[in-house]
Amino acid sequence: MSASPPIIDVAGATQRFGTRTIFRDVSFSVRRGEVFVILGGSGCGKSTLMKQLIGLLPPTAGRITIGGDAITEESGAAERDRALRGMGVMFQSGALFGSMTLLENVMLPLQMFTPLPPEARVAVARVKLGLVGLADAAALMPSEISGGMAKRAGIARAMALDPPLLFLDEPSAGLDPITSAGLDQLILDLRRDLGATFVIVTHELGSILAIADRCIMLDRHAYGDEGGIIAEGDPRRLRDESTNPIVRAFFRRQVPQTAEAA
Amino acid sequence: MNVADGAERRTLRFAGRLDADGAARIWDNAMRAARQTGRNRTLSLDLADVAYCDLSGTALLLTAEAAHAGRTVTVGASEELQALLDRARATSPRKPAPYAGNQLPGADPLGLLRAGLRSAANGAAFIGEALIALWRVPERRRMLQPVEVMRFADQAGVRSVPLLLLLGTLIGLILAFQSAVPMRRFGADLYVVNLVSISLLRELGALLAAVILAGRTGSAFAAEIGTMKVNEEIDALTVMGLDPMTMLVLPRMMAAMLVMPAMTLLLDIAGLAGMTVVMMAFGFPLVAVVTQIGRAVHVGDLVQGLVKSVAFGAAIGAIGCREGLGTGAGPRAVGLAATGAVVGGIVSTILLDGLFAIIIYRLGF
Ligand SMILES: Nc1ncnc2c1ncn2[C@@H]1O[C@H](COP(=O)(O)OP(=O)(O)OP(=O)(O)O)[C@@H](O)[C@H]1O
Ligand SMILES: [Mg+2]
Repeated sequence: MSASPPIIDVAGATQRFGTRTIFRDVSFSVRRGEVFVILGGSGCGKSTLMKQLIGLLPPTAGRITIGGDAITEESGAAERDRALRGMGVMFQSGALFGSMTLLENVMLPLQMFTPLPPEARVAVARVKLGLVGLADAAALMPSEISGGMAKRAGIARAMALDPPLLFLDEPSAGLDPITSAGLDQLILDLRRDLGATFVIVTHELGSILAIADRCIMLDRHAYGDEGGIIAEGDPRRLRDESTNPIVRAFFRRQVPQTAEAA
Repeated sequence: MNVADGAERRTLRFAGRLDADGAARIWDNAMRAARQTGRNRTLSLDLADVAYCDLSGTALLLTAEAAHAGRTVTVGASEELQALLDRARATSPRKPAPYAGNQLPGADPLGLLRAGLRSAANGAAFIGEALIALWRVPERRRMLQPVEVMRFADQAGVRSVPLLLLLGTLIGLILAFQSAVPMRRFGADLYVVNLVSISLLRELGALLAAVILAGRTGSAFAAEIGTMKVNEEIDALTVMGLDPMTMLVLPRMMAAMLVMPAMTLLLDIAGLAGMTVVMMAFGFPLVAVVTQIGRAVHVGDLVQGLVKSVAFGAAIGAIGCREGLGTGAGPRAVGLAATGAVVGGIVSTILLDGLFAIIIYRLGF
């Protein structure tokens, strides 16, 4: 691993809702051009952590910088805007705009932030939809497509402006294995061809081992009743070498032996 | 189920099928028996005669176990049943959160009014935010699409024309008729025209238009934006660097302010027409009625109503959007937002109207 500068740096991120600590003291950094995966059981705060990274949810405590710009500082609104401008996000639900067709969904960021003339916008948007296998669905409304299609359209929209940093929340959940493998390949291709950095939340074991350079694993009981990071590193090494029972159980698809269930 | 009492032990002997039906039949008795066992006696659940036990039956056994303060033992369970019990026991919370059930909220007649006042107050602050967004439109020009304004104006205004005409005519008819009867006794029936036209132009036109706008459009704004909020669409806009205030709120507020004077004018005209019909039925010629309208009202009356209507439109539009953006999670929240928009819109209209009355009185119109 070369020492390219981190594009994301998280120090001590903590999230509390009321008296519940979803996670605390989460620290990690993501290098440029890396596929970084956030793992963890359902409800452990992966989507919440992602919302912090994309500036939607100010962490209860901690500091997050993206491309050197702190997004958690109260004061630096301009700095924050600049940091957020360079990212594309796919939400867990897809979050497509319900009043627009898929094509218009992908075109919206182009219309807002690029000088492209209308016909060029259409062409660019079609290319992106084609990449996720939705070339034929461009004219459909979000209410007319399946859950897996909505996810892929969400990815196309996240890629609309060719952002150097992409956040994908469970991109392959609900997809069949072939489409899911195609998506993994797309992620690797974009990383190779455009040098994009990916932060991906996923549970798909196959996908993790295929695409992730590094990962962190969150757990709800990392510190007793409080959640946090329980493992960090190359997923293949974690699979083979980790001694943490939850991590081992995760990679072996087993019920952990020392679970809190006892 | 039967209960056998010993000195140190009470045995509940279960028999037959412990499924939802079976458990329902003996639930209360079993719980009572378990509770009354006393903490220093052992509760023994004898399952030897149980022919079948599913998860409902398991819940019965575990709840009985929990109801008893002292030690509980299970005897005679088949291997499968014992495994099922162990598994369910391991995964149930030790201190389950009390379940309050699906209760009707207590009656609170003032709650709605209070909620209305609150959303009116929030709406006032929100108008401030909207003004800031308006100030920044030059740097975000692409986010504010004139087409959108026209679309909402169509939805809020043009499509409500039939309702406006109907309501206006009826109000004119009713007002004229109701006041003509007593006025006639004083021989002042022609002055019904003054009464009705002044109240229509100054007050009722704008007020009724506001009620229609709040009911048809304020609620729709709240539901649309609320659904977007629930679907994370607002979050998606925000991360794209698109300002929801500029993209969603400003066009709606502008449309509401744009259509209100037109709606008010239509209501005024329809109301006057309705009144004219009544007056003619009472035997006044059309010319006399029209001349009397001309004498009774001034341009100031009309302008007053129209100016007020713009303010009502701003308030209703703002409250609708704010309720939408403030929507919590889940489909029920969208309904609550729509209700809040209507109630808040009407309450704020009334408050504003009072304010206008004071201002206009002070100014001496
Ligand atoms: N706005 C909120 N208010 C209170 N609690 C919240 C809120 N958002 C999330 N939570 C809680 O935070 C926890 C983590 O939620 P999150 O959506 O981040 O989980 P996740 O790891 O993405 O799960 P999944 O894999 O199922 O998507 C959950 O227990 C949830 O109840
Ligand atoms: Mg999630």
